[in-house]
Amino acid sequence: MAETAYGGARPYGRIREGLRAYRLITAMWIRSTMAYRASFAMTTLGNFAATALDFVVILLMFSRIDALGGYQLPEVAFLYGLSATAFGLADLALGSMDRLGRRLRDGTLDTLLVRPAPVLAQVAADRFAVRRLGRLVQGVCVLGYALSALDIAWTPLKVAMIPLMLLSGGAIFCSVFVVGAAFQFVAQDASEVQNSFTYGGQTLLQYPPSIFAKELVRGVTFVLPLAFVNWLPALYVLGRPYPLDLPAWVAFTPPLVAAGCCALAGLAWRAGLRSYRSTGS
Amino acid sequence: MNSGFRGAADAGGDAMEGAFIELDRVEKVFDVLKRTGFLRRERRQVRAVDSISFTVARGEMVGYIGPNGAGKSTTIKMLTGILTPSGGRLRVAGIDPSRERTRLAQRIGVVFGQRTTLWWDLPLIDSYRLMHRMYRIPDARYRENLDRCVELLELGSLLDVPVRQLSLGQRMRGDIAAALLHDPEVLYLDEPTIGLDVISKARVREFLRDLNAERGTTVLLTTHDLQDIEQLCSRVMVIDHGRLMYDGPLAGLHEVGDSERTLVVDLERELPPIEAPPARVVKVEGPRQWLAFPASRSAAPLVARIAAEYPLVDLSVREPDIEAVIAKMLHSLEDAAPQLRSERTVS
Amino acid sequence: MGTGRLYAAVAAGGFRRYATYRTATAAGVFTNTVFGVILAYTYLALWQERPHLGGYDEAQALTYVWIGQALLVAVSVMGGGFEDELMERIRTGDIAIDLYRPADLQLWWLAGDLGRALFQLLARGVAPMVAGVLLFPLALPTRPLTWLAFLAAVTLAVVVSFAIRFLVALSAFWLLDGTGVAQISWITATFCSGMLLPLNVFPGALGEIVRALPWASLIQAPADILLGAADPLPVFARQLAWAAALLAAGRMLQSVATRRVVVQGG
Repeated sequence: MAETAYGGARPYGRIREGLRAYRLITAMWIRSTMAYRASFAMTTLGNFAATALDFVVILLMFSRIDALGGYQLPEVAFLYGLSATAFGLADLALGSMDRLGRRLRDGTLDTLLVRPAPVLAQVAADRFAVRRLGRLVQGVCVLGYALSALDIAWTPLKVAMIPLMLLSGGAIFCSVFVVGAAFQFVAQDASEVQNSFTYGGQTLLQYPPSIFAKELVRGVTFVLPLAFVNWLPALYVLGRPYPLDLPAWVAFTPPLVAAGCCALAGLAWRAGLRSYRSTGS
Repeated sequence: MNSGFRGAADAGGDAMEGAFIELDRVEKVFDVLKRTGFLRRERRQVRAVDSISFTVARGEMVGYIGPNGAGKSTTIKMLTGILTPSGGRLRVAGIDPSRERTRLAQRIGVVFGQRTTLWWDLPLIDSYRLMHRMYRIPDARYRENLDRCVELLELGSLLDVPVRQLSLGQRMRGDIAAALLHDPEVLYLDEPTIGLDVISKARVREFLRDLNAERGTTVLLTTHDLQDIEQLCSRVMVIDHGRLMYDGPLAGLHEVGDSERTLVVDLERELPPIEAPPARVVKVEGPRQWLAFPASRSAAPLVARIAAEYPLVDLSVREPDIEAVIAKMLHSLEDAAPQLRSERTVS
Repeated sequence: MGTGRLYAAVAAGGFRRYATYRTATAAGVFTNTVFGVILAYTYLALWQERPHLGGYDEAQALTYVWIGQALLVAVSVMGGGFEDELMERIRTGDIAIDLYRPADLQLWWLAGDLGRALFQLLARGVAPMVAGVLLFPLALPTRPLTWLAFLAAVTLAVVVSFAIRFLVALSAFWLLDGTGVAQISWITATFCSGMLLPLNVFPGALGEIVRALPWASLIQAPADILLGAADPLPVFARQLAWAAALLAAGRMLQSVATRRVVVQGG
């Protein structure tokens, strides 16, 4: 159902309105977190350590080998850093959306529906957790190491690809979070399915595409376009071939793919919310 | 008394006087999946709200009661725009709630009895500051409304206390204030006095009465406490199985249900049963006697008569239980001719 | 009711409690399978580079992945068992009620956790393993005796895991907020159990250390038995030793904590 308060015909106004509500609510959660500083410090550190383990495993692997799927450690670290940072951004922004199922079960989603702000923004900001910075920082560290260790002939275009990948990748992961939350309107207990695509997707992208089966690579290129987070653009930066036969310009399409994903996620969210408002369950 | 609130009547001119809330044959049908085997499920349709029609005028204070699962909260959810009706027409202040949820939200206030919307770990005032910004309440208006709520709900000493440290009654008062800072024209309250002690209940009721009298805020409340209705609402609606069974004054509800109040009389000594029709003695225990009399009648003449004829020490009146009243009413409606039902619902 | 029957009833309760979340279980199976597939390809690449790494051939390495996914939830590598509830009871003081129950605190929670583990093994262990068999060439044993030995090792793994988490939960008697300790606990367990990478692939001294720690009993020990990479008896002995030592430590900590509750009145 079109919520015309800020204009279904004026989506721009709705987005601004949503961002405003998101900012207001996250500020409240940050203040709440600061009520328990020690716990906050500990969980942020834990968040950092838990995600760092993934990279430690890669280091352990490289203690026994020189190349994985034909990629050297700095190259794998590059893929890892891009994937982890892009995901870290999305996780920080929307990582608590899987709590929607709980709100549906205990009926507290209704308290958000009587507020004059878009529900998506309110759910996205719900339980905003600053400790998720730990994951983001860890990703940035690995990316920093990779950039210093890589031997690349940098061009302005290749340099510009880095922020472009992080932002587009973050947006792609954000839309996965939103679709996952929308799915919970249908299956309230299924929040873990979303983990397969978010955390699972991030793990997949940490490794070079050359080690995976062609069908899997095709799946994450054409069906669930995670390959646009880092694989396609990063392989251009690294000057390596993509396992699938794709034209070179595809490496520059992540922003378009991200925009498409966000639009689809928005539609999925709308459908989910509409089904909730017609069934009340 | 000066009113810090803006008068509701001049807040919006788009709703006709006399029909602030309008429901015309509103329905809500749910598909319920019931597990009948390990994987087998049965689909069943449930009419949570079955063709309900009523109107509420600006400034009315209406009690909305019925057994659990009767459709009360489904109705409230449709009125607030949370749920989309399956059929019929619904308008609040001229707005279709399900289509223009966020625009309506600016004009209504909602208090969910058992679900606080306050921020658990933050001082109470922080929740109000969020309301201030989220509802874009003009600064002067916000300060005025906050001051008034703080004064009347006695929140002054609580503003800097984290919400998790508030008692249930304090939290409810805090929640009511939060729902009123943006000058809503209508306030929906879901069980506003549930779990509160006697003093907190009285304070909440007094505040709601003042709010309605001074500001003309329309109030719709669901409750299990008959005293809420008695002390606040001139009008009560009873819903059962998704249908509106009664709509009228509380006294009429007692009449329909033949419900009775009880007068407990303590005499100076043991005496034979008191004779004071229409009241009749239902129990005698030493010098104490219990007299039942129709709830629709005033207790005053009865008390005067007994005081004049018998040596009184003390007396008290016991109210009938709301569940009992409703149950009796529903029972008598089932027995009565069908036209009674339609008469009542049309009124 | 006999003592044995009491704990059997508690275990059955633990089983049923988790059995009610069907959708969540199905979603979890899906996640285990997805992670299994991703991990399997990384192991394939690793073993292609270094065949017979850690003494496993390629099929064994792939099988190891799916054993890990099958056991992850059953042996509570990443938490999610009874410990959150026990911590909450300690925090709210409800633990005092448990102490007056005519049952041993540690055994009571162990029984419940064993019931939970049995459900998780059946629900979240079997399905991912079947997926693994369908998708990859695995090296699963055909001798029933090997499977029996594996199940015994899994049972011991659950007990060792329980004993560790019991200690973690009891820390709530002394710490205001136990989430930090719980977090350190599951991060350590994830790394040191062999969940992410078989412990015999860990290089040099680090490998020696992690293989000697109690967490090796959780994934590495049962996996080695199923893969036929280790003689069952020494593995059992090591698991039993850790289980006994950690349960005894838990019992000691429990009696210290109990005295504290009795003295302070909760």
